[in-house]
Amino acid sequence: MTTPRTMFEKIWERHEVADDLIYVDLHLVHEVTSPQAFDGLRLAGRPVRRPDRTVATADHNVPTDDTPSARMIVDELSRKQVETLEANCAEFGIELFSLGSEKRGIVHVIGPELGLTQPGMTIVCGDSHTSTHGAFGALAFGIGTSEVEHVLATQTLVQSRPKSMRINYTGSLGAGVGAKDLILATIGRLGTGGMSGFAVEYSGPASEALSMEGRMTVCNMTIEGGGRAGMIAPDETTFEYVRGRAAAPVEGAEFEAALADWRDLLTDPGAEFDHEVTIDAAAISPMVTWGTTPGMVCEVADRVPDPTRFDNPADREAAERALTYMGLQPGTPIEELKLDRVFIGSCTNSRIEDLREAAATVDGRRVAEHVRAMVVPGSEQIRAEAEREGLDEVFRAAGFEWRASGCSMCLGMNPDTLAERERCASTSNRNFEGRQGKGGRTHLVSPRMAAAAAIEGHFVDIRSWS
Amino acid sequence: MKPVNVIEGAVSVLDRADVDTDQIIPKQFLKRVERTGFGEFLFYDWLRDGEISLESNPILLAGRNFGCGSSREHAPWALQDFGFEAIIAPSFADIFRSNCTKNGLLPIELEQAGCDAIAAAGRASIDLAAQRVGWAGGEAHFEIDPKIKDRLLNGLDEIAITLGQVAAIDAYEAERARFGPPNLAVDRLPAEN
Repeated sequence: MTTPRTMFEKIWERHEVADDLIYVDLHLVHEVTSPQAFDGLRLAGRPVRRPDRTVATADHNVPTDDTPSARMIVDELSRKQVETLEANCAEFGIELFSLGSEKRGIVHVIGPELGLTQPGMTIVCGDSHTSTHGAFGALAFGIGTSEVEHVLATQTLVQSRPKSMRINYTGSLGAGVGAKDLILATIGRLGTGGMSGFAVEYSGPASEALSMEGRMTVCNMTIEGGGRAGMIAPDETTFEYVRGRAAAPVEGAEFEAALADWRDLLTDPGAEFDHEVTIDAAAISPMVTWGTTPGMVCEVADRVPDPTRFDNPADREAAERALTYMGLQPGTPIEELKLDRVFIGSCTNSRIEDLREAAATVDGRRVAEHVRAMVVPGSEQIRAEAEREGLDEVFRAAGFEWRASGCSMCLGMNPDTLAERERCASTSNRNFEGRQGKGGRTHLVSPRMAAAAAIEGHFVDIRSWS
Repeated sequence: MKPVNVIEGAVSVLDRADVDTDQIIPKQFLKRVERTGFGEFLFYDWLRDGEISLESNPILLAGRNFGCGSSREHAPWALQDFGFEAIIAPSFADIFRSNCTKNGLLPIELEQAGCDAIAAAGRASIDLAAQRVGWAGGEAHFEIDPKIKDRLLNGLDEIAITLGQVAAIDAYEAERARFGPPNLAVDRLPAEN
């Protein structure tokens, strides 16, 4: 009898080329973390080993104003970075979706959308939010530029095996509570370093009930809890999402063979994890971050916390600094925080389901007068789909800006940024100081919460809002 | 990569938890396509606003979960370019720690009491071969992956090491073609014009 194994162990062992050397099935590349890697290859005279397992896109630097080609990007450094990516991909024979391509989009949105992301794969990218792809039962994680060069040259990665953790979500999420709330509440409970060193498997009824979009939101933010990778077992929801996509196994015998293989990936009954956590999903409320890490989060009905009540001196100091930066007073009800901006987008929440939820929330209403609100779809394909469904009209009629796809205001490497002291409800993943613009104040929320906040001009509890 | 062995000297202290790579090197400086010249942008906003002060010393003493957030290797490049050769902290974010070791910037995990003692001493001496940190009035052992230690001590190029195992990679690819689903997915994408 064989020892029961976790899904993580199965995928890891399947990809071991040698001790601590794992094979990479899919390498995703973008313009920010790759130029120095390509330079390294050129210096050493090394080719890309598997251009057929490498796909690139431009996302971080891309203006969301329909700039038609890289050479038309106004910001000189951004233009140079995207043009460098174009030249590198041409030189090394890598498929690239740059400005002007209808398949362009945020790297973690287009992988799944094109069917590149599949169960059982190892997927890496020079981007911490690569954990997103774990939603398909893949082992996916972010790497640095030296590792990007290593993967380009060898199609492998030197990795010590992470420990395994399972987070069991019991119960089911209440109405108006979604995947974003689930992961924010999890990080709030475990802390920003709570998953450090672990490959995390999310399981239980509340995670199984999530759509692929919701699962991607959860796995995406695994890195905000410090996790190396987040994964969810593939099931019928996963298979139906992958089926028929451009790069997916061909319908028929090939897809059936893939299905049989994917079904084999599930964690065996009795398999042991290094650490297990149980969280009651039914008890989770809509969440709002109040501070400058994703772990500084509370329920929408709560008040801004009082730092003097934190036991640990380091936590107390961090909370005090965060409140100063965020311009908040302890005890203020979260629902009274007045907003200047609302951003719906990013690799966390810019997929079609996110946009449908937000559109349904704002349909027939108007954005508050003092709020500037924008929606940035995750890819050109999502944008086209949303426009086919008329979502762009719903958003525009409500007073939202409807933009072209890209990372946009999640990290402000492009023209979309917050001004100093502007307060923003954002569906992105990081509320770090200056992340969305120097001095900008970010509150992370779900798409529905962001949409409702745009209408009211302050946070509201989506469950009782009408 | 330059070999790393003994690092000694003054310690700069940044006593904050959860310092993220967005602070270490803000996004507006990620647009450069070179590896060098990032030191002048280290902690750009915090230093410019007088939020912190930081001297260029061989050793940085930091708080728990240092380097969390973005995978940008520009963070260790900037720290190294600024003058740091080693960082001591109670814990590091995984990707950041890995990025440091690829560049010969030594991340050392020590429990909080050891960090506090080093901060008080103001100077420290690190011996990678012996895996020890010493300071006036104390010393501590630290853990490091033996392969990473060897690579750092000898200044080895990791890609060259892996390419030395190319036969194993070839064999893996040949073997892999015979099992599992066909997932050479990229080939199936309709070509871009």
